[in-house]
This record gives sequence, C-alpha cells and structure tokens, in this order.
Amino acid sequence: MILVFCELKDGQIRKPSAEALSEGRRLADASGKKLGALFAGASCAGSAEAAKYGADVILAAEGASLASYSSDAFAQLVADAVKAKGATVLLAAATAMGKDVAPRAAARMGAGYASDVTGLAMADGKLQAVRPVYAGKAFATTTFTSAVQVATTRPNVFPLAEKAGAGAAESLAAPAGSFKAIVKEILAKAGGKVDLTEANVIVSGGRGMKDGANFKILEDLADALGGVVGASRAAVDAGWGLPHSMQVGQTGKVVSPTLYIACGISGAIQHIAGMSGSKFIVAINKDPEAPIFKLASYGIVGDLFEVVPELTKAAKAMGIGKG
Amino acid sequence: MKILVALKQVPDTETKIKVAADGRSLDPADVKWITGPYDEYALEEAIRIKEAKGAEVVALSVGGDSAKEVLRNALALGADSAVLLKGDGQGDALAVAQMIAAYAKDKGFDLILCGNKGIGGDNAAMGPMLAELMGVAQANVIVKLELGEGTFRAEREIEGGSEMVEGSLPAVITAQKGLNEPRYASLKGIMAAKKKTIEELEATAAPAVAVVSALALPPERPAGRRLEGEPAAQAQALLQALKDEAKVL
Repeated sequence: MILVFCELKDGQIRKPSAEALSEGRRLADASGKKLGALFAGASCAGSAEAAKYGADVILAAEGASLASYSSDAFAQLVADAVKAKGATVLLAAATAMGKDVAPRAAARMGAGYASDVTGLAMADGKLQAVRPVYAGKAFATTTFTSAVQVATTRPNVFPLAEKAGAGAAESLAAPAGSFKAIVKEILAKAGGKVDLTEANVIVSGGRGMKDGANFKILEDLADALGGVVGASRAAVDAGWGLPHSMQVGQTGKVVSPTLYIACGISGAIQHIAGMSGSKFIVAINKDPEAPIFKLASYGIVGDLFEVVPELTKAAKAMGIGKG
Repeated sequence: MKILVALKQVPDTETKIKVAADGRSLDPADVKWITGPYDEYALEEAIRIKEAKGAEVVALSVGGDSAKEVLRNALALGADSAVLLKGDGQGDALAVAQMIAAYAKDKGFDLILCGNKGIGGDNAAMGPMLAELMGVAQANVIVKLELGEGTFRAEREIEGGSEMVEGSLPAVITAQKGLNEPRYASLKGIMAAKKKTIEELEATAAPAVAVVSALALPPERPAGRRLEGEPAAQAQALLQALKDEAKVL
C-alpha cells in the first residue's frame, strides 16, 4: 500500500494533501498497489473526500488527544498505521506539519526520507524521488534501500487528479494523551491569505523598493492578481520592518508559484535559488543588466514605481483575480 | 543546564553549484564553505541561554577535517567545548542523526539546538530524526524560545502565521531566521578559541537508506522577451501576454 498522511482544514482536505493523494494514486496504479489516506484529529469529518482522489482505504484516527498537533504522538500514529497496513511508501505534503511529522516517523521506522520532492516514480516496486537541493540550484535523484520509503511532496508541483476510489472507511485508535510536546495555540493567523509556498501568484520586492512602506503598491498588485507578497533577503535585512516569513530565497522560502513577479530584485544567486522553480517569471527592474532578466519569461526595464501601479490598474480593468 | 549545538558545514549561499565527475555529488572545487546560516541562530540562542542562566554549551559537527573550521568559529563565539564526529560525509539525514544520537545519548543534554535545515540537502530532517531517536520532544522552525523548569515554550513558523508549542525537556529545537541576531566573534574570543582543543571521535555511520543516485543542474529556462514602451503600454502588454501566451491569469 501507498499511504498518504492528509491534513484537513475546516472540514476539507488541504490542497497540498490532495496533490499528494493524486500523486499517490498515480504511483499506486503504476505499481499495482492500493492507496490509503490517513487522517488524524479531534474530528476527521471531511476525510471521505479522499475517495475523490482515488483512495481505496480511508483511515481516520479521531480522539480528543489528537485535537492539537503533537509531533511525537502524530509520528507514532503514522508509523503504527504504516506497519498495520504493511505500507511500503508513506507520502505527506511538504507543509509545516508534513515536514514536522514525516522525518520523525521515518526515523521511527528506520526508513529513508526525501523532503520536498518535485518528481516521483516507482521502479521495481521501489520509490524514486527527484528533489531540489541547494535550494533548487541542482536536482538530486534519490533512491531507497529501506523497506519503507518516505517522501513529502512540494506544494503546487503535483497536479490534482480526480479519480474515484472505493474509499472504504476504517477507524484507528487515537493514542493516549501524554505527549512530549504539543501545540498550545495558533498565533497571528494572517487574514486568510495563503502561504508563499502554496501561492499561485507571488509579487516580490527587493532592494529597489527603497522602503518597507512602498510594499503597499505590491500588496495592491497582489490583491488585484489574487496573489501574495514576498521579499528578497536584501529587502528583509534592510531594516524596513518586513518579517522574515516573507523572505524568498535559499535562506528563506523556496517557492514554486505559477507566476512570480520580481520587482526591484537584481537576482542574487541565493534569491534565484528560491524562486527559479516558478513556472513564469516576470522581472521589473530599471537596470537592464540585472541578472534576474536572464530568468524572466517577460522582462520590463523601467521604474517599478511607475510600472507596478499601471499593472494594478490594468489588472483591475481586466477583472483579473476576481474569477 | 547542558546544551548541545549541532552545526553543519555547508556551501556559501552565493556558491554556484557544479556537479562532480561521478554525476551524483557536488564538485567541491571553488566552493566556499560556511557554517549553516540557520545553525548560526541555534548557536547564538545557546550562548544567550548560557549568558542569561548559565549553561555548558557543546558544539558538535559531523564531517571531515574541514568541519573543524565551523567548530573553531563556535568556540570563538562562546561554545565551551567542541566535538567533531569524523564521518565520511556520505550519510543521509538518518545516518547523521544516528551518529549524533549515539554520541549524545548518555551525556545528559537538556537541550539540543540546530538549524531547521542545512542549505545543502535541504531535507530539514536531521533535527526531528534526532528527537525521535533520542525519544525526546521536538519543536521545529522556531522563532522564539522560552525555557522553564524542565519545560519549554517555542513559537514555530507555520503557513500564514505561527503556533506555540509547549513541551518537556530534553528537547530538540531547530532554529529559524528571526530567533535572534547572531553576534560576530570578538578578537578575544578568536584568540581564546585557538588555544582550545577540538575533541575528535571516530564515528561509524550506518549506510544511507536514502541514497542520491544522480545530481543534475536544473534545465535552462526558455529565453524570455522584453516588453517595450511607456509604463502603461508595458503593463498592458504584460497582462495580455500572461493571459494569452502563458495562460496564467
């Protein structure tokens, strides 16, 4: 069996988890295996949706002890489920939770682990993973020698594929509650905006923005395009009050949106490493020699303070980002 | 309190990556090596705890002779002692975690700090694996850490916000940018570090279970085009191209 650890949000499967399920179905078909979806929480209502992405079996561990995320409890639960089902491949989305629980579960099982993979295949019943290393400056093909193989899938990379599965529901016992660490509260939930790593459109600013307050024009453009705002290391480190959670690059977030608009970003190697996985790149910079133009699908040599507001105006006029 | 800080030597972020002749590893020529940027936050946090409440800080690295540079720097910044686990550097995250766990097991560390990821393999896995192998709590990607009596409270970055993790010590905490502002080594610290010895231990690494079988550079991006004209015309042309050619809007 290929088992996918899935996350629910507001009673729905999170998109990165649905992507992992879709890829899991593809791998299961390629290797003649069953696909299982694993859920854990106080309630797993909504888990039935996994059948839409091809799950043959839907495992749900429900209980008060799972109301808050605990890395040790969840890792144990996941490892136990892998063992109980005789699964040979464990997938999770490379989200904050997936990247927290998967390596811990892998260590518990003595399993090989590949994080943030962008490509998966089955060869002779074994998993093969392609993943960016050095923040995308190179790609490594990873093979496994362990019986169980664990990987987390990078959000926004694997396409969603609906394929009806049997979706047979099974319940798992929740672990008794004495955990080494547990989440006590969720803080500073930004107003419904998606995270950079999951965003479809990113508008990013660099040193050329001159000041943190000027990021307002990027916010406006991002809003018009239905995207979110990022920043280069130069901008985050400039003391403009930008949080590091906005930073895109080798020492920040590695992103793979459909559209990345780089405004006033020259294109330092460590920044390019973090965003070169974007499908389309737009560069707006007044320096025609800026290295970012070498990557750009579309380049605009000009003053971003003139171009960006024009873009926002035109996007609004065209009604983009509303549908 | 006894703190272990695990530090990794990694290629500088400005390094251009070249693939070695074997087709599966990094060509080390022209690579400038540095301490992992996230490991620097881990070390700084350990030194701040030592200054605030008193602690013994042990710096540790896994690798060859060159990793001594990372440890020498840690000593200059305020680590009390340094240990080099001599491995062949071929191990995966699990092998490294096993080596560190074997070393740390009976040493009574209350806290183990490291970066939330190296900037090489980018697996972000060593910390949580070490926590599991040692049977202790973990908190990853931490931007704020408070210690109580045998407990910790850590703010961890998640999608679109953060969450507060509480747990018991000992624990493995992996640092994120924002946890603190790392200091520079003082001349006095550098001179003192030169006199300290780095303990070298032969460590046996288990064979990797996740093996890199090939390393390749990303494919070249297709050539793009420049959009000319006045800002308003450029904006119009861009949106049209994104809509019609790229079909992303």
